[in-house]
Amino acid sequence: MTGPLIEVDGLTKTYRSRSRTVHALAGLDLSVPEGIVKGLLGPNGAGKTTVVKVLTTLITPDAGTARIGGVDVVAEPARIRRMIGASGQYAAVDENLTGTENLRMVGRLYHLGGAAARRRAAELLELFDLEEAGDRPVKGYSGGMRRRLDLAGALVIRPRVLFLDEPTTGLDPRSRIGLWDVIRSLVQDGTTVLLTTQYLEEADQLADEISVIDDGSVIAAGTPDELKAQLGGHRVVVVLQDGADAARAAEVLARHGESAPTLDEQGRELQVAVQQGPSALQRILAGLDARGVALHDAGMRRPTLDDVFLSLTGHTTAPAAGTDDRAPHGAATPTGGGRHR
Amino acid sequence: MSTRTLPGATSPGVTVGSWAADGWTITQRNLIKLRRSPDMLVFAVLQPVMFVLLFSQVYAGSIRVEGTDYTQYLMAGIFGQTVLFGSTFSGAGMAQDLKEGIVDRFRTLPMSPSAVLIGRTNSDLVLNAVSMVIMIGTGFVVGWRFTASFGSFLAGIALLLLFSYAFSWVMALVGMSVRSPETVNNASFVILFPLTFISNAFVQSQNLPGPLETFADWNPVSALVQGARQLFGNTGSAPVPDAWPMQHPVLTVLAGSLVLLVVFVPLCLRKFATVSSR
Repeated sequence: MTGPLIEVDGLTKTYRSRSRTVHALAGLDLSVPEGIVKGLLGPNGAGKTTVVKVLTTLITPDAGTARIGGVDVVAEPARIRRMIGASGQYAAVDENLTGTENLRMVGRLYHLGGAAARRRAAELLELFDLEEAGDRPVKGYSGGMRRRLDLAGALVIRPRVLFLDEPTTGLDPRSRIGLWDVIRSLVQDGTTVLLTTQYLEEADQLADEISVIDDGSVIAAGTPDELKAQLGGHRVVVVLQDGADAARAAEVLARHGESAPTLDEQGRELQVAVQQGPSALQRILAGLDARGVALHDAGMRRPTLDDVFLSLTGHTTAPAAGTDDRAPHGAATPTGGGRHR
Repeated sequence: MSTRTLPGATSPGVTVGSWAADGWTITQRNLIKLRRSPDMLVFAVLQPVMFVLLFSQVYAGSIRVEGTDYTQYLMAGIFGQTVLFGSTFSGAGMAQDLKEGIVDRFRTLPMSPSAVLIGRTNSDLVLNAVSMVIMIGTGFVVGWRFTASFGSFLAGIALLLLFSYAFSWVMALVGMSVRSPETVNNASFVILFPLTFISNAFVQSQNLPGPLETFADWNPVSALVQGARQLFGNTGSAPVPDAWPMQHPVLTVLAGSLVLLVVFVPLCLRKFATVSSR
């Protein structure tokens, strides 16, 4: 096949309710070559899940086209369903069935035939480390086990395209890293993956290419490195001994930096984008020293995707509060001028 | 721009064989589920037994029916009520599947789209049949007998199950529309209780006050109960109201069930094609 495997053009979807109108997709374009992991990155409500729902034939767009392997998802949903697997943020498994029964059911609904469905279920349970739990009803599974079973359900037919809609949302860090390993090993087999996430670290870890989505359209695209390079330069980070110095320190950072400085939630860590990292760092340190600001730590680093997102949209990805200690630190900005949401 | 697929249109590659197989797969899934939810089984098994025992033992002495004995009169009414309430499972079941997100999984599979609905209504038919067997056994214990031929008795059972099957499709649409199993249960309770009590299920309609008597004579539940009662041979010499459905109850139920299926099966398929979990 020439051309990209997934082609999305001008996709529009509007939800109307009595109280408001939501433009979930506002002319979204997307192109995914075969064999890569494409990350769709954006905050809650950006439209990531809506794209996935269109591509997995769950909803019909208002306008625009979407094709997988040249097949139109709206015109020929049945053909699409034979080449995709989907795993969502809400594990779509049957609580009352056992793990084995769930996978066999999916296999039979893919029309694999009873024997093949049984074989595949056993293979997948082994692959996802669920062999021992296979004969227990899913009711008793942990969140991570459910996600693994759900992902196994998406792989029953070895799909050409695998859709992972926020595969690790709500998981504890250990389960998340475990699931990342599983996804990485799948990708090595050449499966094309469309991954949505609101975790920058997840996109950075897994995706070959990223499209950043906000308000229903793509606002930036490229490899993780390209996106970071767009920001150029370095970030200078200083950690204060005393949070009371934050305002004075921010003035110094603002004078030598290229962007408004940001302050972390604890009120002790300040960051600013700079050109010429080493010399900017020296000037900032000298400035802080001259004003008597005592430092706990100081240094510079390359921009992260979090910085990219902040500079593109003016807000952070704002993961659900309190659920996740691995999320990128929120860049709340008392001194930075109205960037917090 | 976008061409919409016709709801219920057979997708290419979905043969009659795979359609039946998919329906069977989902039916099995629902039956496993039923087996593992004790509360459902209690509803299906204990409640009919309780109703038969309570009504036949508690009220039989106090409620007089003209032309027959109360226990003989009562059974068709309890059958009718039980299968009607049994059909509400289809609504709660569809709502539950939507809530749990499993419908999204099904809709991304190359299965026949109607299989989920067929599996749902099939498994509820099985549930109703089980309830029916248990009620018949309990009925025999408390002295109920059918006096018509065995064939006619079976026809009476079939009539009850046919109507309950058709009504399952109504409830499935309700379930997909309101999306909350609790709401389905509460709403059906509020609607079905008056419908079964203001009917000839437990008392003769001529004993009801004026407007309620008319309502009862035209109530579809009355036709269902009257039809089953006739086929069981349990009417004795009880007077039959003049209303047309009471004069032709079997025909009314057959035609009514057909109408429900013709209307609600396509509506359900259309709804299912666009409904999404969240």
